[in-house]
Amino acid sequence: MSGVAPVALRGLTKQYGRITAVDDVSLTVNEGDVFGYLGPNGAGKTTSLRMMLGLIRPTAGEVLVFGQDPQRSVKALADVAGFVEAPRFYPYLDAITNLRLVAALDGNDAKGRIAEALDVVELSDRAGDKVGGFSHGMHQRLGIAGALIRRPRLLLLDEPATGLDPGGMRDMRALIARLSSEGMTVMLSSHLLAEVEELCNRVAIVRNGRIVYEGELNELRAAAGLTIRLRTTDDELALRVIAGRRGITDVVRHGSNAIQLRAADETAIAELSRALADAEALILELAPSAATLEDLFFELTEGDGDSAGEAAKLDQAAELTGDTH
Amino acid sequence: MATIYRWELRKLRAQKRSYLGLGAAVLVPIIFAVAVAIQPGEPADVPFGRYINDTGLAFPLVTLLFGSIWFYPLIAALVSGDIVANEDNNGTLKTILTRSVERSQVFFAKVLAAFSYSAFAILLSGVVATVAGIIVSGFNPLPTLSGSIETPERGLLLVGGSLAVYLMPVLAISSIALLLSTVTRNSAAAVVGTLMFSLLLQLVVIIPGLDGVQPYLLSTQFNSWEGLLRTPVDWQPIIRAAWVCALYALPALALALTVFLRRDVAGG
Repeated sequence: MSGVAPVALRGLTKQYGRITAVDDVSLTVNEGDVFGYLGPNGAGKTTSLRMMLGLIRPTAGEVLVFGQDPQRSVKALADVAGFVEAPRFYPYLDAITNLRLVAALDGNDAKGRIAEALDVVELSDRAGDKVGGFSHGMHQRLGIAGALIRRPRLLLLDEPATGLDPGGMRDMRALIARLSSEGMTVMLSSHLLAEVEELCNRVAIVRNGRIVYEGELNELRAAAGLTIRLRTTDDELALRVIAGRRGITDVVRHGSNAIQLRAADETAIAELSRALADAEALILELAPSAATLEDLFFELTEGDGDSAGEAAKLDQAAELTGDTH
Repeated sequence: MATIYRWELRKLRAQKRSYLGLGAAVLVPIIFAVAVAIQPGEPADVPFGRYINDTGLAFPLVTLLFGSIWFYPLIAALVSGDIVANEDNNGTLKTILTRSVERSQVFFAKVLAAFSYSAFAILLSGVVATVAGIIVSGFNPLPTLSGSIETPERGLLLVGGSLAVYLMPVLAISSIALLLSTVTRNSAAAVVGTLMFSLLLQLVVIIPGLDGVQPYLLSTQFNSWEGLLRTPVDWQPIIRAAWVCALYALPALALALTVFLRRDVAGG
C-alpha cells in the first residue's frame, strides 16, 4: 500500500439541483501529512469529506482513498477512520456499548482496543453512561475513540474542535498532534485559520466549493509575505532608502512617524535594516504584524468570488518569493 | 452479517418502542381473557368466537381475527417502520456505514431483525392468548370450521400452524413498513403510512365491483390460516397467501434496498 496517496481527489463535484456544493476539487493528501481543509462554513468541506467516506455519491469526478474508491466498496475504508460533522452514537446505549457495536462492525481485534481508546480520550470513567446524556465535547471525544479503535492510517476529522471549550480544544489539538507524530496521516476540515496553522503542514483553502489554494502552509505564509511596522530617526530618509529595494512592497506611511511595508521574506528585512543603518536612518521600531496570513485567507475566502483575481494575487505573492503553485 | 444482525437485535432490546409493541402483544390477549372470565357471553359473530367458553385454544384464534385489521400490523410497523428511520433520526447511519460493513449487509440485517421482532411478537401474543385461554376455559378439544372436533393436542398444533401462516401477511406488512422507513426517513410517517395502507386495503373490499381483487389483497391473507382449521385442511388459501404476500413483500424490499444502497447519507 505504501506509495499510494491516502487521499486523491480528481475533479470531484457534487451538485444538489442547481447548487454546486463541491466544484471540480482536485487535491492529494500524502502519507504523513496533517492536511488542513480550510474554508468558511458552507464552503463544501463536509460534503467533500462525506464523499471521501463513501456516504455521498459524487456527481462527477473521483475519490480514491489509498487507491480505492469508497463508492465501490467499504473495503476502501479499511485503513480510514473519522467522522463528519458531530460524531453520532446511539443515545440509548452507553458509551462502551456504542464502541463495542462499532468494534463488532469493524471485526478483527478492534474490540481489544476499546479500553485503551477510552483512556486516550479520557472517557473511561463515563464508559457506563448512556451517550444521550453526553455533552458535545464528550461526543467529540467518543468519536475520536471510535476512530482510534480502527487503528487507522488515515484519520478524517470534520471541524474536530468546533463547539469545544478552550480546554477541550487544547486537548483535541494535542491529541491530533500526537497521533500525527506517531505516523498517522490526518486530514481535518476547519474554518479556523489558527487551528490549521497550529496543526497542519499542508492546506487546501476552499471557497464556494472550489479550491483557491493548495500547498504547503509554509509556502502560503511566504506567499502572504510579512507586514512590517517601521519607525526610524529619519523617516523621510528611510523612505528614500526603501524605495525600489528588492522584496519590499506596499510601502505606506502612517502619520508622521510610522511606515508600514510588506516584505517578501526575512532576508529582505535583514538587508533593509542594514541599509537603513548604513544611511544613518536608525531603527527605533521594526515589528512584524501577525495578521498577514489571516488577511490573505480572508482575501481568498471572501469578496466577490473572482477566483481569477485571487489566483493572480497568489501568483503575484508567489513571484516575490520565487514559489510557484 | 450475523454480527450486524445480533447488534440490530441488541439495539431493539435497548429501545422502549420495542417493549411498547411486545407489551401490547401480551396485554391485549390477557385483557380479552379477563373480559371473558368476568362476563358471560361470547363474540359469536366471528369464527371460533362461540367456542371461547368451551376451550382455551379458541382464544389465540379469535385474537388473530380481531388483530388483523390494525393491531398486529401496528406492532409490526412500530419496529419495522422505525428500524431505518431511527438511524436517520439519530444521525447514526454515517457511524455504521463508515465501518467495515457494506450497506447491503446493514440492510439485510435490519430486515432480518425487523422480521424477527414481528415473528416474536406474534408468537408471544399467541402463547399468552393460549395460556390465558386455557386458564379461563380449559385445555379442551377444538371444534374446526368444518364442524369436526380435534383433540386438544392436535388443536394446539393447529394453533401453532395458524400463527405461522398468519406470520406471512405480517412480514409483508413489515416489508412495506421497512420501505416507508427507508424512503421517508421518518419513523412516525412510516408507522402511520403502513397503518393507512393496511386500513385502505380493508376498505377496498367494500367498493362495489372490486370483489374480484379481494383474494389478492394483503388484508385477505390475514384470514388464510383458517384453511388449517378445516377438515381436511384447505391448503389453497395458504398457498395463495404465500405468493400474494411475496408479491407485496419482495418488490417493497427490493425498492427499499435500492434506495438504501443509492441514497446520500447527508444528515446527522
